[in-house]
Amino acid sequence: MAKEAKIETRGNESDAVAADPIRIGDREFESRLIVGTGKYSDNDVMMNAIRASGAEMVTVAVRRVDLDRTKEEGILHHLDPDEFFLLPNTAGCYTAEDAIRYARLGRAAGFSDWLKLEVIGDEATLLPDTQATIEAALVLVEEGFKVMAYTSGDVVTALRLEDAGCVAVMPLASPIGSGLGLVNPYFVREIKRRCEVPIIVDAGVGTASDACITMEQGVDGVLMNTALAAADDPVGMAHAMRLAVRAGRLAYLAGRMPAREIAIPSSPTRGLLD
Amino acid sequence: MIQVRLNGKDREIEADLTVMDLLESLELNPHMVVVELNREILSRDVIADVRVEEGDQVEVVHFVGGG
Repeated sequence: MAKEAKIETRGNESDAVAADPIRIGDREFESRLIVGTGKYSDNDVMMNAIRASGAEMVTVAVRRVDLDRTKEEGILHHLDPDEFFLLPNTAGCYTAEDAIRYARLGRAAGFSDWLKLEVIGDEATLLPDTQATIEAALVLVEEGFKVMAYTSGDVVTALRLEDAGCVAVMPLASPIGSGLGLVNPYFVREIKRRCEVPIIVDAGVGTASDACITMEQGVDGVLMNTALAAADDPVGMAHAMRLAVRAGRLAYLAGRMPAREIAIPSSPTRGLLD
Repeated sequence: MIQVRLNGKDREIEADLTVMDLLESLELNPHMVVVELNREILSRDVIADVRVEEGDQVEVVHFVGGG
């Protein structure tokens, strides 16, 4: 398993993280955790959770302004685009054509040409339509978008998305909003082994151990939303996730011991008393 | 007055409004929204010049919370 960076920890966690940024496209981020902004009941809690998570990149959705309740505010009234790097998504799109339309609207907001591409193929599982995702990616990359593509655990699709020019490929851990954790570690390891672009596991992480186990597979980052927004204490969970992503990354880089189904004593077997 | 389709609903608005005028009448900050007119995105540079016509389809979108 290739380890891209050996890092010096010197017992100081913040040094370790500072020495291990993630590069996506032409940008670099200190945090390997990307968080969403959906489903929070309270905007102050959301902002506190985002800050506690340490995430620099934050996803947002594009929707109609509700004209019957014009006092309702968009997310930009809470989320400062100078403080966080906004990643518009195409959530809710079921065709390549719709995703392209939403992507263009998101870019027209004027912050960047980055995009989380998501084309859903099945309403019950919210699993991606991988064929439509590849189609949309080809068009959007041609238009200059930096596409981070949400996809299934299928390595062939991941390779096609990389070939299409996506700056990151984002396989799911388990279905969106399910909190089931990483149901198939082999799939994400295989995608990580085969692709050169960063692999960010997006969707399905439910709690801190899920995030840690996911990062231990050697992937480059994790994207989550519901795990924070639906926790009893989103700010507390965001703090836990920040540590879990860091712990999983450090454990991966440190290289785990081989697992074996026999016990081997840790203490000397010689020098025992008669 | 003219009839337009605004965010999926039929609406009567004053004739001869620019897109900027329309946003102002809706109390929307043009820097916080993106406007699509008949499926074409309007850049902010032109919204003060483009007029809304009878039968136009106008979509006004913004960023909301999402994952």
